[in-house]
Amino acid sequence: MEKDKLEQPMEIICVACPKGCRLEARREDGEILVSHAGCKRGRQYAIGEITDPRRMVASTVRISGGLHPLIPVYTSAPFPKDRIFDLLDQIRATQIQAPVTTGDVVIRDALGTGIDIIASRDMA
Amino acid sequence: MKTNHFDIVVIGSGPGGLAAAITAKKNGARSVLIIERDVELGGILLQCIHNGFGVEIFKEDLPGPTYAQRFINQIGELGIETMLDTMVLNLTAERCLTLTSKTHGYRQISAKAVVLAMGCRERTRAQVRLPGTRPAGVYTAGTAQRWVNVEGYMPGKKIVILGSGDIGMIMARRLTFEGAKVERVLEIMPYLSGLTRNYVQCLQDFDIPLKLQHTVKRIFGNDRIEAVETVAVDDTWQPIPGSEETIACDTLLLSVGLIPENELSLQAGVRLHPTTAGPVVDADFHTSVPGIFAAGNVVHVYDLVDWVTEAGYAAGKAAALYAADKLRPKEKMITTQPGENVRYIVPQHFDTSQLTSEKIPFQMRVSRPIEKPVWVEARIADERLTRRGLPYARPGEMITLDLKPEHFEKFNKNNSITIRIIER
Repeated sequence: MEKDKLEQPMEIICVACPKGCRLEARREDGEILVSHAGCKRGRQYAIGEITDPRRMVASTVRISGGLHPLIPVYTSAPFPKDRIFDLLDQIRATQIQAPVTTGDVVIRDALGTGIDIIASRDMA
Repeated sequence: MKTNHFDIVVIGSGPGGLAAAITAKKNGARSVLIIERDVELGGILLQCIHNGFGVEIFKEDLPGPTYAQRFINQIGELGIETMLDTMVLNLTAERCLTLTSKTHGYRQISAKAVVLAMGCRERTRAQVRLPGTRPAGVYTAGTAQRWVNVEGYMPGKKIVILGSGDIGMIMARRLTFEGAKVERVLEIMPYLSGLTRNYVQCLQDFDIPLKLQHTVKRIFGNDRIEAVETVAVDDTWQPIPGSEETIACDTLLLSVGLIPENELSLQAGVRLHPTTAGPVVDADFHTSVPGIFAAGNVVHVYDLVDWVTEAGYAAGKAAALYAADKLRPKEKMITTQPGENVRYIVPQHFDTSQLTSEKIPFQMRVSRPIEKPVWVEARIADERLTRRGLPYARPGEMITLDLKPEHFEKFNKNNSITIRIIER
């Protein structure tokens, strides 16, 4: 699926630092070539974006017995980008009970990725 | 809480206030009180559930609430007192505070030193003068953020966002996550006003179109907003006739800038700076009123929470020294003048006594984007004191320059320095 994207050169804005280099990635003889990178981190970023794009995801989970009706949660590691909306469905279907402590695991091994969904704050 | 007198009173419990209270206590203040108008400590960080906080202070990438929690935990451990759900009604130059709350009623307290940490407020529709009807459904991005992330309400289903500030872009993603359709983000300037990484991760990832040099010309709808008319603008912000487009929506969010919140500062007679809209401060974050310090977004709006925490540390330490009558005696005030391409500099002035023992960081914003290598250069009279090179300078990204003790001797004959940002 990702390979099709590279039939044409692909523009990727690097976010490894705030500079925001506009990289160009293309495939030549099976190898990914990256140009316009201001530093070597840009190449790594572009290859990651093409082969396995991931993002940190933050959302909220329903909580009962807490100060607020929701508690913020986030992924313990960057999550596969193409499965973010499936993850959000699971987060939306989850309900927990106060008290909760920062770092508590709210969903373990979300969608079998090995990534946990953890509480961002204490809530009593 | 029986006493009415404290060594230090901190107004506001966002990152600046928490850091100031913690450092004041660690630097010998006997009694430290934080007054917070919300029902819990933490300020706006509690609704900023996205990651990206703490990279400088903790070397970790944390969500806002987790960043706040680390400081909140220290408040209890250090025995810092708090008054929550409490509003400060008045502050005097003699550092007397009038408060009101459901639990404490009407009270007057006093402090040897006060730290202002009220943060900032969002610009509203009235402040950007949007024409059209006045229906429901027009909100600031931060209000929508509070509803979605803390209270559990969605502002609407079809959204247009005016302004490419970070909160606006982050809300575009957040509302998309919760099932809304974000039709458009409009920015009147020819460049993004938030960080590039937010453009990539919040807009580009979800194919949300960003239109630079566009704004809202009119709002339609009576009870509820029904549509906006957008228009392209030229370099002087004048609408370009014929470029109008009507976009149906049930919500318009505004992410059009932040203004330091200084009603209490003005009551106390604290002098504000016309460009920053925050107090004029020295390198201790001491305001024009003796014993009143200021930390964080109340002084000027920062890009990163980590820098707000650093400012809180500096203000809290100086406030504790002031309360103990140990703040170093003043020698000579030097003013910092914004030179070429510099919009403002904080601190606006500093005392030479401070420079003899430690470096002083100056924070500034460039007045226009310069996408070429630049020098950030401090000059005294016609002589260059120090400079640093940067690959580019953008208004959205704060620039810092340090003055060091070795520069001290140059101030014998002069009362001001100029900092300018020029192409290399």
